[in-house]
Amino acid sequence: MDVRWLRADGLAHVSHPRRRRARVFLAVAAVMAAAFVVTPLAALAQDAQSAPGAVTLAAYTTPREVYEELIPMFQATAAGAGVQFETSYTGSGDQSRAVEAGLPADIVALSMWPDVERLVEPGIVAPDWDENEHAGIVSNSIVVFAVRPGNPKGIATWDDLIREDVDVITPNPFTSGGAQWNLLAAYQAQIEQGRTEEQAREYLKQLIANTSVMDRSAREALTTFAAGQGDVLIAYENEAIFAQQAGQPIEYVVPDQTLLIENPVTVTLTGDALVPAQAFVDFLYTPEAQAVFGQKGYRPEVDEVLAQFDYLQPADLFTIADMGGWPEARPRFFDPETGIVAGIFAELGRDAA
Amino acid sequence: MSTGSGAVPAVRVPATRRYDGRGLTGPGITAAYLGLLVLIPIAAILWRSVSDGVDDFWAAITSPQAQAALQLTLLLSGAVTLINALIGTLIAWVLVRDDFAAKPFVNALIDLPFALPTIVAGLTLLALYGPQSPFGINVAYSQPGIMMALLFITLPFVVRAVQPVLEELDREMEEAAASLGASSPTVLRRIVLPNLLPAILTGAALGFARCIGEFGSVVLIAGNIPYRTEMASVYIYGQVEADQPGAAAAVSVVLLVISLVLLAVFDVIRRRISRHSETPA
Repeated sequence: MDVRWLRADGLAHVSHPRRRRARVFLAVAAVMAAAFVVTPLAALAQDAQSAPGAVTLAAYTTPREVYEELIPMFQATAAGAGVQFETSYTGSGDQSRAVEAGLPADIVALSMWPDVERLVEPGIVAPDWDENEHAGIVSNSIVVFAVRPGNPKGIATWDDLIREDVDVITPNPFTSGGAQWNLLAAYQAQIEQGRTEEQAREYLKQLIANTSVMDRSAREALTTFAAGQGDVLIAYENEAIFAQQAGQPIEYVVPDQTLLIENPVTVTLTGDALVPAQAFVDFLYTPEAQAVFGQKGYRPEVDEVLAQFDYLQPADLFTIADMGGWPEARPRFFDPETGIVAGIFAELGRDAA
Repeated sequence: MSTGSGAVPAVRVPATRRYDGRGLTGPGITAAYLGLLVLIPIAAILWRSVSDGVDDFWAAITSPQAQAALQLTLLLSGAVTLINALIGTLIAWVLVRDDFAAKPFVNALIDLPFALPTIVAGLTLLALYGPQSPFGINVAYSQPGIMMALLFITLPFVVRAVQPVLEELDREMEEAAASLGASSPTVLRRIVLPNLLPAILTGAALGFARCIGEFGSVVLIAGNIPYRTEMASVYIYGQVEADQPGAAAAVSVVLLVISLVLLAVFDVIRRRISRHSETPA
């Protein structure tokens, strides 16, 4: 073994000066390794201390285009003059957990109420954050069916989604908090049509059985659908409009019964720029700012602005409040052990096995 | 540095001056570095997994959905590891023993899966072998699709583990065996494979460990339907998303333990083989 080693290494380390060289080499390597690890960590730590006075906006991914337009508009107003912004965009659940874990944020703009509510207990967001005129909601959307151009399968109603010849795409409700809107809409649409809770559950089971792909997030589900999989994608209206504005060949159908998707925003208690942050949140409700939401595919929260857009009004539009609100609906449907949806997955898993 | 010709003369070195690799600054730095980067985080995951109580830990890892995800993950990772061991060795053989014009290019190609962000790998595979495949091959959202993604990202492990050993392998041994009348299959079985096996096992074990934790490419191509195409990493992500960090940690610990056991078993086999082959003739 030794001989082999020596042969392979060409006797490099035998004599003393060379051994010294090896030590120097190792020391240099250690310093370099330390530098590689410590420098980025230190840089990250520094990043975490945002520039003093700058407003840090921690948002979910989809309204990025909206905020990139709104921030310069705000900076052009008297209240926003000279206010610097730092922005961070990632999935709503991930963003919420990052802020909970200490990511500095002056404003959180997330896709659903539970992601903001999570920040109340650790004292990052005020307990009454959703008790203002708009209940903490800044923009809305609805659950729609995205279909292929010309709607070749003639999909119009929830019942069409459980037809045998229809392949459904919807994100995985356990990995995508947002996907929960879709299944809640599917269930409540049955109740709204006068069906019993049992029938609604059976419908949900058939719908899930008819689903071929459950992506991690709504955006990935859109990618899957655009890649040619499935006949119908249960989507948010703003995502369908986003896809259309991006030139993707999809159409969308608004079912008669559907759920209003509500996206919250609030300032935090732990930020270092509360005054300009609050000014920005107030600005979001001005007609000009709400109109930008409207142009980008979101239904404006302010009614007068919503009326300026020709968003289709579904015959029966219900809200999460009609289902008892998130604190009741979420565990009832999505508790990993006892939730209705978890139970359906388990049944389907047993059927398949 | 080394010409790889194996022509360096074996020089006798006085025992007192023999380099033994000890006494360098290494151990302290190694311990601190590994402790900070690996040991403490892994210990934290272990701690987190049982901090809700042992009952919750057990419930988390025996829940039917977790079991289904774990089974699928182990099944596919095992199959991928077998394929890697076979094809990876073959590729290494071709790269070392065969001469062809495109060899440097192919050699460079092997490492590319490491450089590519796995989510890009997933997107690319989806575009090429998904519903709109230009080749008419659609394996997306199925177990073959998941395997393809895993094969792609773990390709370099066995190849890169076997290649240097094969380069160092003394061809005189093979020639001697052949001259003594051994057939090609016999030389392969008795001489080449025993020498390569430790490297194959090392590469295969690393690849397996990589497989069972893979997320980025799998999440796009798997379909993620619980009980059918949901892999353990995606299930774990779901638990995190559902604010069940304890359950997520528990299932992660199962993956860690399986990896650890496999790495240990392979290491024992490897040592056995090395000891055996080092016994002086």
